[in-house]
Amino acid sequence: MKKTVFFGALTAAGLAAGMASAATLDDVKARGSLNCGVTTGLVGFAAPNAEGEWEGFDVGVCRAVAAAIFGDPTAVEFVPTTGQTRFTALASGEIDLLARNTTWTMSRDVDLKFEFVGVNYYDGQGFLVPKALGVTSATELDGATVCIQTGTTTELNLADYFRVNGITYEPVPIETNAEGQQQYLAGACDVYTTDASGLAATRATFENPNDHVLLPEIISKEPLGPLVRHGDNEWADIARWTLNALITAEELGVTSENIEELAATPGNNPEVNRLLGTEGELGAMLGLEADWAKNAIMAGGNYGELFEDNIGENTAIALARGLNAQWTDNGLIYSPPFR
Amino acid sequence: MSTLTDPPKPGFRLSQLIYDTRYRSITIQVIALVLIVGAFWWLGNNTVNNLNALGKDFDFGFLNSAAGYDINQRLIEYDNQMSHGRAALVGILNTLLVAFMGCVSALIIGVFVGVLRLSKNWVVSKLMAVYVEGFRNVPLLIWILLIGAVMSESMPQPREFRGEDATQSMYFSDNVAVTNRGIWIPRLGFANSISGEDAVAPIDGATPVAAGGADWLLILGTLALSLIAMRYVRNRADKVQQSTGDRPTIWYQQLAILVIPVGVVLIALGATIVSPYLKGFNFTEGTHLRNSLIALWVALSLYTGAFIAEIVRAGILAVSKGQSEAAAALGIQPSRTMKLVILPQAMRVIIPPLISQFLNLTKNSSLAIAVGYMDVRATLGGITINQTGRELEGMLLMGAFYLALSLLISGGMNYYNRSTQLAER
Repeated sequence: MKKTVFFGALTAAGLAAGMASAATLDDVKARGSLNCGVTTGLVGFAAPNAEGEWEGFDVGVCRAVAAAIFGDPTAVEFVPTTGQTRFTALASGEIDLLARNTTWTMSRDVDLKFEFVGVNYYDGQGFLVPKALGVTSATELDGATVCIQTGTTTELNLADYFRVNGITYEPVPIETNAEGQQQYLAGACDVYTTDASGLAATRATFENPNDHVLLPEIISKEPLGPLVRHGDNEWADIARWTLNALITAEELGVTSENIEELAATPGNNPEVNRLLGTEGELGAMLGLEADWAKNAIMAGGNYGELFEDNIGENTAIALARGLNAQWTDNGLIYSPPFR
Repeated sequence: MSTLTDPPKPGFRLSQLIYDTRYRSITIQVIALVLIVGAFWWLGNNTVNNLNALGKDFDFGFLNSAAGYDINQRLIEYDNQMSHGRAALVGILNTLLVAFMGCVSALIIGVFVGVLRLSKNWVVSKLMAVYVEGFRNVPLLIWILLIGAVMSESMPQPREFRGEDATQSMYFSDNVAVTNRGIWIPRLGFANSISGEDAVAPIDGATPVAAGGADWLLILGTLALSLIAMRYVRNRADKVQQSTGDRPTIWYQQLAILVIPVGVVLIALGATIVSPYLKGFNFTEGTHLRNSLIALWVALSLYTGAFIAEIVRAGILAVSKGQSEAAAALGIQPSRTMKLVILPQAMRVIIPPLISQFLNLTKNSSLAIAVGYMDVRATLGGITINQTGRELEGMLLMGAFYLALSLLISGGMNYYNRSTQLAER
């Protein structure tokens, strides 16, 4: 065994192709914790708080999956990844689930061999500029210096946008959001571009957030969601339906406050009963306990609660639900039925 | 002639493979070979299996597909519609550029500091000791980050140069701009460019100029010819000195040979200095030395320079004291003893470890990612791998590139090393 580990490390070091195992759920259960890839720090989505505990909207997804499996939302090992390291970390098996505001694109799904299990935030790429610059539109950015996280879709969108509009720019490649923030505030770049939610979250941490303005242009579709490796459909199902459970819970009015009451005895609503495991065999179908969804929802609340607590209008980041409202409220958030 | 019967030949026993010294070494080598082949087979097999498990193939076709990303520092033409292979080439050239600049400046720093550390002046030698110990005992990455942070945090923004009441001004009569996005220095433009590029006026009302590879080739070619001519003049002076004992004064000839042909070429090309000026968000024209390049270059030079200084000091100390005493006895001026007697002998000790330092510097340049310098590690080994998911292919290519570059450098330096060694008769 020792020898296998040693040789495995040798191979993985150079080839980034560790031991790809078929049954991820078994591995996770044997390990006793979920390895979840998150950002290196984006307040509201995934960042350690003052006590050093990870919290945020993406972290909420990790905790929900861990709670669905173990009944314990703290059974998560958070692995900070950069835009460049995240896919290698997932492909090599270093992490079981990547919840790092990653855009669902066809080539990532098909060519990079990943399985996106849903969308937890519908986003688009925006531009953040200092008000003092006097810029009101992205088309006025000819010749500007732009800070851009490398290895992201935003990097490609940026190149396309400036080329199509016939304007030039000077890219300053950065690795992490923290580095981008430092370069932007130092004035080493005129513009910081990434997903609009990320810009709002970054601006919220500035000393004077009102000195900076998001330009009106949103230049791309960025459906952000958690993803897993190709090849283990059972594991993908667990992640997918945990996310769906959070969304369905909001739709059905199941919150972390009334869930104990609803789960105690089967009620009138059969879908709530099936969701919370008081009726039907949905948990067993996934290879989990009957109360898997209840645990997932109790971890951080339903989708709406996660949103409001981490990035909603009452937080410093102050994002409106917008596209991310439930379909019943004219948003795009929609879960297939629990049946 | 006596006939002796051979002693009875014992049959070959298996235990001889271990206990008989005649066979033991072969046994050990065979076992080692089997183990090595097995390890390689295991690694290869593991790779194939894992690629299969991930559903990936092994294919370099991605190098031909459009890259889609932009690179800020380009030594050759590149835009985001060109291929990943071209992007890798841009990165390779950036690596070569910073490695070359770093090796040259580290060598200059190292030789000066190494000599000065042996100075009899207490202040000078202690200052050099502080430099050497300070730089070689702090990790290179920290120096890169530190210099990068100093550049981006403490230098003025380009917009502070704008307007009537600008808070900042350019240096050297408006020729050099130091900003937190890098340093803009003037460049040469050629009014009668032979490169065939369209001449454009750098600023309204100025003479239209262009600058292309052909122009620089002509200038560098002239310079090379001048250097060869200078060498010829020097060799002739040596001959005169050997036959007559008097060395003719040649410095003005040397200077003329160096300056006049290049000057003529520059005038013929209509060379003009194109200064940077503020336009829009940034300075334009001139040559832009980005923060990332400066941080990486300065940190690599200072860090490796500290090691080279120690190598130079060791080389000088390795030359026995008798040599300088003999030089003094022969009446060689103390100022020329170092150049004519000590350094030529010290070189034999200095060059072999110097090769390792050059290799170190070249490979350390892959720390470029810390300040966002777009070297081969950032283009091929970073963004390309990330966008195409070709980790194995990208890493192998990058490894092959660094291997080839290192072998080239050490091959070249070894050739130079042989030419400086003692020619034994």
